[in-house]
Amino acid sequence: MPGVSFDEVTKTFSGETVAVDRLSLEIADGEFMILVGPSGCGKTTGLRMVAGLEKPTSGVIRIGERVVNEVSARDRDIAMVFQNYALYPHMSVYKNLAFSLKQKRTPKQDIDRRVREVAAMLGLEPLLKRRPAQLSGGQRQRVAMGRALVREPKVFLLDEPLSNLDAKLRVQMRAELKRLHARLGVTTIYVTHDQVEAMTLGDRIAVMSDGKLQQLGTPQEVYDTPANVFVAGFIGSPPMNLLRGSVRSGRVTAGDFVLQRADVPDGELIVGLRPEALRPAMNGLPSIEFRVDVVEPLGDEVIVHGSVAAELATVSEEVEDAALPGANGLRTEAVARLSPRDRPAEGSTIRLGVEPAEVYLFDAGTGAAIR
Amino acid sequence: MATGQTAQAEPLFRLTVPPEKPRRRLPFSPWHLFLMPVAAVMLVPLLWMVIVSLETASQAQRFPPVLFPHSFHVQSYVDAWNAAPFAHYFLNSAIYSLSTVAGQLLFCSLAAYAFARIRFFGREVLFVVLLATLMVPFQVLLIPTFLIVKKLGMVDSVGGLIVPNLCSAFGIFLLRQFFRTLPIELEEAARIDGASRLAILFKIVLPLSLPALATLGIIQFLWSWNDFLWPLVIINTDTHAPIQLGLSTLQGGHFMEWNVLMAGTVMSQIPILLAFFFAQRWFIQSLAYTGIKQ
Repeated sequence: MPGVSFDEVTKTFSGETVAVDRLSLEIADGEFMILVGPSGCGKTTGLRMVAGLEKPTSGVIRIGERVVNEVSARDRDIAMVFQNYALYPHMSVYKNLAFSLKQKRTPKQDIDRRVREVAAMLGLEPLLKRRPAQLSGGQRQRVAMGRALVREPKVFLLDEPLSNLDAKLRVQMRAELKRLHARLGVTTIYVTHDQVEAMTLGDRIAVMSDGKLQQLGTPQEVYDTPANVFVAGFIGSPPMNLLRGSVRSGRVTAGDFVLQRADVPDGELIVGLRPEALRPAMNGLPSIEFRVDVVEPLGDEVIVHGSVAAELATVSEEVEDAALPGANGLRTEAVARLSPRDRPAEGSTIRLGVEPAEVYLFDAGTGAAIR
Repeated sequence: MATGQTAQAEPLFRLTVPPEKPRRRLPFSPWHLFLMPVAAVMLVPLLWMVIVSLETASQAQRFPPVLFPHSFHVQSYVDAWNAAPFAHYFLNSAIYSLSTVAGQLLFCSLAAYAFARIRFFGREVLFVVLLATLMVPFQVLLIPTFLIVKKLGMVDSVGGLIVPNLCSAFGIFLLRQFFRTLPIELEEAARIDGASRLAILFKIVLPLSLPALATLGIIQFLWSWNDFLWPLVIINTDTHAPIQLGLSTLQGGHFMEWNVLMAGTVMSQIPILLAFFFAQRWFIQSLAYTGIKQ
């Protein structure tokens, strides 16, 4: 089974809008790769180029060793699951599953065998005679998966396949997808804007923004060492608190937050604090004053919304979109995730500390991480 | 709302339910008061046609007309049937209508799909030109069309009736508009599933376009069945004539048997009435869909 590679792939629409900008990406054989990013970041366009539904403006796309830029969608031997499933409404589930095999003039008995195998795998046997309109959302989703599976394709493309399902079903299908991939081992490219799906499903994830690849790595790598302020704000829930700060001779300050970092040259920077890294201040830890507005108890933890006395960091609009901390004078909205034992009272002011190793610093100009 | 009690806390929302008014309602929509007289006006000529066809020649000539004859005579139907080769007329009309319907459905969908989904150089310009031809009345095209059909050697044949009507700008326009409303993902999914353009058209697009196809088919059927001008120009032999042209042979040069002509006309409308009876829903939807008056 082959991998997929993008080599400097660019796609512009009507000569102006750059949807994908010099994307280079190697997807290994059998890998589960996630393309994640906010809407309009080019992830779906990237997927559609692999499918053959869009032609790259420049650059080379390969499936295995074969350059597929000029190969039509039907000859690529890929299967795709669409966001709205795109089931053929006038055909029964059986015919939907059999359609691609029929196009390939597969013998009737083989079609029947494959369709029944896949139906059994996905629990669709009792539904084979129904039309898509007579199915629930989850069942439709399964049929869409099944239609892709019968083909035994070289590459699986999934475009936000879970976004039309309710929360419970989404969790269930997520696990099912992971099981299927483990069982079949087909190279899979999965597009989503949901970072939970990205973190849980992917072998590796490619974070995209504005048509550009921001970071590529395993979910843990991307979470632990975000390459820039965009990735930091996008991956993680609730998002990282990003504050404007500065360094003077090894002393990083952001509002009343102070941290010693001798290795950082003087200048402006952005300080990132993950909500889950914050905890009630202990002696010696760098800390910040936190005014509590709303406390959301979740049982095993509490999400604390409030504000800190520091300025909101803005590098570009993307960051605001991702982090959404509304500026309020010199105070900035902030979020912390605490244990229920440390639950503060609403309206109170507390000090929250953080381990120096868990403080992220980013260049104020470029947004790149300072390590 | 409880008015007698004093509420301790002011509720956040107050639900006010308007008092139930016992209203006397008509057993039908008030619109029907307007529509029924209009329907009566439309029906009178048809009824009159049927009545005259059941009168004797002298009753039919009388003035003021006899609207309620005491007795009905079916002799005029026998006379009409014997006066002209009606079986030929019906057969010709059926061939003319059904082949143009089939032709329109096939050729218009091919062209409409190209205009709707295939990107090619000059598509938009070509489409505007096509639309512009809708503005040209048939009378203007009559002579050029006749010359073409003559060059094809099809004058005075049913083939000559059919060929110019196998495809139309209207049909292409109608189907293109419908095709564009279908979700493009279905076609993309079919492409990935390995279907060719033609397979996509015939297996995905057309089965989903039945309402539009029915519309076009019905309009074309009505149009060909009732067509008079084009057959008049191109057909010379009585046995090649479709029904509407054939009826004109019942009109004598000096003497006119109205009851016989009306009997022929009633017969000519029977297939359409039957079709309407069995496919009423489609007919009404079709005409409402295009906003076209017949």
